[in-house]
Amino acid sequence: MKRFSWLVILTLLLGWDGGPAGAYDFPIRDPYAATIAGTPSELQPSLPEKIDFELMSLKVFPDRAIPDVFWYQREFLYTLSYQKQAAPLIFVIAGTGSSFYSSSMVFLQKVFWQAGFHVICLSSPTQMNFVTMASADCVPGNIVEDSQDLYRVMTMAYEQVKGRIKVKEFYLTGYSLGASQSAFVSKLDEERRVFNFKKVLLINPSVSLYTSAKILDAMLLEVVPNRDPEEFDRWFDEMLGGFGRIWRNLGEPPLDQDFLYDVYRYLLKRMNPPKRENMAGMIGTVFRLASSNMIFTADVMANYGLIVPKNRELGSADSLTDFFKVTSHVSFIDYFNEFLFPYYQARTPGLTKEALIEGTSLRSIESYLRNSPKIALMGNEDDLILAPEDLAFLKEVFGSRARIFPYGGHLGNLMYSANVFYMIDFFKS
Amino acid sequence: MKRALCLTLLAAFLLAAGCGTTPVRKEPEIPAKRPVSQYVNPDVTYAIDAHDPWEPMNRRIYNFNAIFDNYVFLPVVQAYEFVLPVFAQKGITNFFRNLTEITNLTNSLLQFKIEKAVITFGRICINTTVGIGGLIDVATINDGLERQDEDFGQTLGFYGLGPGPYLVLPILGPSSARDAAGLAVDTVVYSLMMQELIGLTGLGSPEDDILNYSLSALYAIDKRHNEPFRYFKTGSPFEYDLIRKLYLIMREFKIDN
Repeated sequence: MKRFSWLVILTLLLGWDGGPAGAYDFPIRDPYAATIAGTPSELQPSLPEKIDFELMSLKVFPDRAIPDVFWYQREFLYTLSYQKQAAPLIFVIAGTGSSFYSSSMVFLQKVFWQAGFHVICLSSPTQMNFVTMASADCVPGNIVEDSQDLYRVMTMAYEQVKGRIKVKEFYLTGYSLGASQSAFVSKLDEERRVFNFKKVLLINPSVSLYTSAKILDAMLLEVVPNRDPEEFDRWFDEMLGGFGRIWRNLGEPPLDQDFLYDVYRYLLKRMNPPKRENMAGMIGTVFRLASSNMIFTADVMANYGLIVPKNRELGSADSLTDFFKVTSHVSFIDYFNEFLFPYYQARTPGLTKEALIEGTSLRSIESYLRNSPKIALMGNEDDLILAPEDLAFLKEVFGSRARIFPYGGHLGNLMYSANVFYMIDFFKS
Repeated sequence: MKRALCLTLLAAFLLAAGCGTTPVRKEPEIPAKRPVSQYVNPDVTYAIDAHDPWEPMNRRIYNFNAIFDNYVFLPVVQAYEFVLPVFAQKGITNFFRNLTEITNLTNSLLQFKIEKAVITFGRICINTTVGIGGLIDVATINDGLERQDEDFGQTLGFYGLGPGPYLVLPILGPSSARDAAGLAVDTVVYSLMMQELIGLTGLGSPEDDILNYSLSALYAIDKRHNEPFRYFKTGSPFEYDLIRKLYLIMREFKIDN
């Protein structure tokens, strides 16, 4: 009853008519500012401050030897929030480098739980805990393989909780890279049939991981145009200094990669709107840090020898500072060219770079997406991680199943009431 | 009892430290494709760098703290949160925050930060009386008098002393040589005041060990209860480096304010 009443209130407050895009009033019209600042809290739906959830753990590969440097990675972690009565179970997949602790994930966990679903939140296959504990070969970035890893942990997680919760049907969603992975997971489910997903929602997906990474790398180059290590260092120093200044205000240290965005939100409140190239630089930095974490972790786990010398066994008390300096200069595209592609080429003779790029794009499953009425899309006209042809592709393939909002940048409007209404409405109707 | 606890801690610490020994390498090392030597100039100080000559020890203590948190500290805090109603938890927090105002007061005065000293003095008066011995933070709620965080580490910094080497304290976490010394001084001042208070209020004898230990334990639990930081939650393999840097920047900022 309660969950219906808040929907009604929300509808009244927004004057939502579900109709023309003109009625959409997301206040931040600049895509860079929207991506960084997100939705002002007064425009977010009212959600409980805290909800009950359980931190669950799985031994996905019980015999795997973990290098000492990752001694604290013992099990694959995910969260479960459940209803006492029978309800649908929704899986939520995080975006690049993010864990279920990230603010977007915690938000979605609350939204779907309040809507009456059991919720399982999964870290991204590019996140450290996933790479070390749940990735079959610890080399993330190949979306087909990553989706198989996801499907494995989803199956195991469901096995683990099914005695305690009554599940009516299964839903799937994810944002950013997690959305693209949701599409591949859904396709895999058509063969394996463990869940028979009834509905799948892709939130701000990337069409091609390669293209999106290129765009994000280019954003960082707006503030460090010469690709000069010292130039990057000056910029990074500024960002860190900004955070030190607001740490006290935030009341807590950086718990996830959102922390640089927090710096900017603070600056946004205090000063004149920041310059566009600085905002682009911020977004590029956040992506770079996330991909650095992933690249270093993959390099150690696979003993590949990109950044850490091959066969070096790092101990739990060894300094990693110098490796941080190196990884912060390695872009995702570098990783693709020097690690991911050669790694898969060695396993699949004859594989070309173009084929791998194509195979990790939503274009490779176009006909599946076109003919699957259960899959819908929520996106933005000004999403920064989409090239113009990517947006056109999404609109054309999803047709009436695509809900493209006019503003919001990349995920800036994820927490906006109208967007939340759309998400819940999609799964409930 | 105390000795047993010490032994357990020592054993856990050695266990954590033991993980740090480099295992025997089986195959010869092959230089990385993107070697450190190509990107890092040893003569340059980078944004992420910090003065950390005790890094191997600090990293071991950091790891120990994570284990201690996981198996001892957080379970105790969770039990505390489960048993006590929220208003009681709040009351205890306010109670200790009122007692530790002594640190804010003495250090504001030592730095001639008169406004901060006056606010802190006002807070102590209001919260101790109207706030029923400090259980309710009336000063913040009714009078808008925000708590002014000052400590002896900041006082030393105010007089121009640099942080010295970065230091991870067992259980307490990130610190520096300067801030650890400051903490020791603040703790002595606080303990002396507590002894006086216990004697004055007639709650017990100042030499009563059980009372002293219980109060210290409750203080520690309350402190951890209010600290959202969790070890290895950042999802970054470089968490130690990031936390180290941010701690030092944050302290610098606090000294300037």
